[in-house]
Amino acid sequence: MKRYFANTHFKRLMSSVAAMAILELMTGPPGSALDPTAGFTGSFGEASSFFGLFRTQRWVVFLFIAFIMFGLWTSWLTWGAQVKTATTKAMSVPRSVSHKQPVRWGVTLVLLVVALLLPHLITDPFWQAAMVEQIAVYVLLALGLNVVVGFAGLLDLGFVAFYAIGAYTTAWVTGALPTAAPFGIHFNNFYAIPIAIGLAMGAGIILGAPTLRLRGDYLAIVTLGFGEIITIFANNLYGITGGSQGTKTIPHFSLHVGPVKYLWGLTPVPYYYLTIVFVILFLIGFRLLEHSRVGRAWTAIREDEVAAESVGINPLKYKVMAFAIGASTAGFAGVVTASQSNTIFPSSFTLQFSINILVLVIFGGMGSITGVVLGAIVIQTGSMYLLHTPPAGYQPQDLYIYLGALLVVMMIFRPAGLVPSRRRHREIGLAEAGEGHMDEVLTGDTP
Amino acid sequence: MWEGPGFSPALPFLITLSTDRSRGAQLGAFGHYLTGHFATLRLEFWALFVGGLANGVLYGMVAVGYTLVYGVLRLINFAHSEIFMSGGFAGYFVMKAMVGNSVPSGFASVSFIVIGILVGAFVGAFMATLVERVAYRPLRRRHAPALAYLISAIGASYFLYNMAGKEFGRVPISMPQPYINHPIFHIFNAPVQMYYVIILIAGAVMFLTLDRIVAKTKLGRSIRAVAQDAETASLMGVNIDRTIVLTFIVGGALGGAAGFLFGMGTGVSNTMGFVPALKAFTAAVLGGIGNLRGAMIGGFLLGVVESLSVVFVQAAYMDVVAFGILVAVLLFRPTGILGERLGRAA
Repeated sequence: MKRYFANTHFKRLMSSVAAMAILELMTGPPGSALDPTAGFTGSFGEASSFFGLFRTQRWVVFLFIAFIMFGLWTSWLTWGAQVKTATTKAMSVPRSVSHKQPVRWGVTLVLLVVALLLPHLITDPFWQAAMVEQIAVYVLLALGLNVVVGFAGLLDLGFVAFYAIGAYTTAWVTGALPTAAPFGIHFNNFYAIPIAIGLAMGAGIILGAPTLRLRGDYLAIVTLGFGEIITIFANNLYGITGGSQGTKTIPHFSLHVGPVKYLWGLTPVPYYYLTIVFVILFLIGFRLLEHSRVGRAWTAIREDEVAAESVGINPLKYKVMAFAIGASTAGFAGVVTASQSNTIFPSSFTLQFSINILVLVIFGGMGSITGVVLGAIVIQTGSMYLLHTPPAGYQPQDLYIYLGALLVVMMIFRPAGLVPSRRRHREIGLAEAGEGHMDEVLTGDTP
Repeated sequence: MWEGPGFSPALPFLITLSTDRSRGAQLGAFGHYLTGHFATLRLEFWALFVGGLANGVLYGMVAVGYTLVYGVLRLINFAHSEIFMSGGFAGYFVMKAMVGNSVPSGFASVSFIVIGILVGAFVGAFMATLVERVAYRPLRRRHAPALAYLISAIGASYFLYNMAGKEFGRVPISMPQPYINHPIFHIFNAPVQMYYVIILIAGAVMFLTLDRIVAKTKLGRSIRAVAQDAETASLMGVNIDRTIVLTFIVGGALGGAAGFLFGMGTGVSNTMGFVPALKAFTAAVLGGIGNLRGAMIGGFLLGVVESLSVVFVQAAYMDVVAFGILVAVLLFRPTGILGERLGRAA
C-alpha cells in the first residue's frame, strides 16, 4: 500500500487529477450559501459535450484532460530537456542580430506604429474604451509596480492607495470635491499631474521609510493595510471626499496654450493617444533608470543586501526611492483614470485592484520592462475578452479566481515570468542551485 | 464639524481646508471634545473592555498561527486569513445542519459549540496543510527566494476567498445561533453576554493547551528546535518537513476555531478573514513576532485598545486605529512588547 503512494507516477497522476478537479470547480457553475453543494455537484455533474463528439458529463471531460496532462507531463520529464534546447536553438535570434542597434530601433519603431494605428484597426467601441481604461492605464500601473517588485524586490500590496491618492488629488485640484480647491482656483487637470505625483510620492516615503528598515514582508502587510485604510477614509470623510458617493464632476483634460485649444472629450481615441504618450515617457524613463546607478544599486540590494551595504550602498535610501517611484507612477495613473472617467468612487479602490496589478507584473516577468508591458497587455486583453464574450457559466468575479491561481502557478513553474529579465532569471537560477544569497527560506533539505 | 465623535483631529491640514473657523476656536472645541469623551469612557469602560477582550482573544488565536509559521519559516503566511474563513464556513454549515429552527439550550448548546469549534479547527488545519502543500512546498523544493513565497501565498489567499465567494455566495450570512445570547453576569454594571463568555472560555482552554504543547511535548520541542536553528535540528534527527506541516496544522486549527467563534457573532462571508487577519498580524507584531505568549497578549491588548477607541473615533475608524498601532509598533518597537523570542519555551 505504502509503495503505491510513494510511486512517482502515481503521485503525478493524482496531481493531474487534482489540478483538473480544481479547474473544473473554477469553471463550473456557482453555488450559494443556501445551496452550498450546487457549485460542486454542478461542476462535476453538469452535462457537457465531449469535444463536440458526444454528450456526457463534465467530470468525464476533465478526467480525460487529466490523463492527457499526465501523459504530457511524463513525456516532458523524459524528453523535456531535449525539446527545450531544440526550441531555444530554433527560436533564438543570434546575438549578433538582436543586439545590433538598427535592428532594435526597427523593432521599436514597428511596435510604435502598430500602437499608434491600433484605434483605427479596432473600431468596436467596447474595445476602444478598453484599450484606454483597461490596457494603456494598466500598462502604466504595471510599469510602476515593476519598479517596486521587479527592480527593488519589494512586495507592495497597497498599490491602489497611491492610485486613489492620485485620483482624489485630481478631483481636489480641479474643484470636484466638497473641499475647496487649493487657493480657491479650479486648476486644469494637467496641473494635477505634478501635485498628484508629489502627494503620492510623499505618502510612499512616509509609509515606506519606517517600514523598509525592517524585514521585507512587513512592507507587504503594511501596504495591504494602508490600501484598506485609504478606502475607509475615502468612504467616511464626507466633508472632504464626498463619502461613498464619490464625485462625478471631474473635468476632462484640456489644453489651452495660446491659440491651441483642445478638450479631451468622452471618446476614447484622443485619450488613447494621450495615454500612449504618457506610457512612452514612462517607458523611456524606467529604461534609463534600470541601467542607471540607481538601477544597479537596486539589483545589488536585491541580490545580496549585506554585500551591497558593504560597498557603500545605503539600502534604505534606495528601497524608499523605489517605493516612492512606484507610488508616484500609481498616483499619475490615478490622474489619468480620474480625468478620463470623470468619476471616482471609493468602492473602486479595492485590494482586488492591487492584486490585479501584481499579477500583471508577475505574469510578464518581474524586472523585465518588455515582459511587464506584454504581461499587462495579454492579461488585460484576456480579462476584457472574458467580460465581452463570457463563456457559459462565467461570472465577472470569477476572473479573480483565475488571477489568484495564476500567481501560485507562476511562482511554482515560472517564477521569472513570461519574458524573464535576464538578470532576474540568473538570480533565481543561482538561488535554486544554492549559490545565490537572495533571502533564503528554510527548505527542509538535509544538509 | 465637531459635534459627534470623529477622526478629524488627526487631520488638521484638511480641517483648515474644510472649515472657516479660526484655529483658536478649533482648539477650544477640541478640548471640549476630549473632556466629553473621557466622561463617556468612564461610563462605558467595562462594557467596552469585555467586548474588546473577547475580540482580543480571537485576534490572539489567529495571531498564534502567524507567529508559529513565522517562527519556523521566517515568513508571513498571507493565506492565514483564508484558513480563518474556512473555519467560519465549516462552522456555519455544521450549525445550519444541527441547530434547526429552535435555539437550543443547556447541554445541547454546549455540545453544539464544542462540535463547531472542533470542526472549525479541523477544517482550518486541513486548509493550512493544503496551502503548505500547494503554495509553499514546491517553492521550498526549488530554494525559491522569500519574495516568491509571499507572492504564492497571496495568490493562494486570493484564489481561496474568491473561490469561496463563487461556491458559497458573496454576501455575508448570519450563523444559526446554538445558544441564547443573554447577559450572564455583570462586571461593574456592565453586562457580560453569553457570546463573550464562550469566547473567553474557549480561548483560555486553547491558549493553555497550546502553551503546554509547545513547552512540553515532543512536537513542541521539534517546533522550537527548528525555529532556533533548523540545520542543527535536522542533524539532531528532527524531520523538518514534518515539523513545518505540523506547525501549519497547529496554527491552522487555532485559526479555524477562531473563524467559527468569530462567525458565530458576526456572520460569515468570503471576505470575513481579511480585516481580522490584518489585526491578528498587528497583534503578533505587537507582542513580538515569533513569540507565542506575545501573540496572545498582543491580541488582548489590541482588542481592548481598539474597543476603547470607539469612544473617541467613529466605529468606522476602528480599523484605522489598529493599523495606526501596527505602524507605531513597527516605528518605535519593531520587536514588540515581549520581544522576538524565536523558539524559546514560551
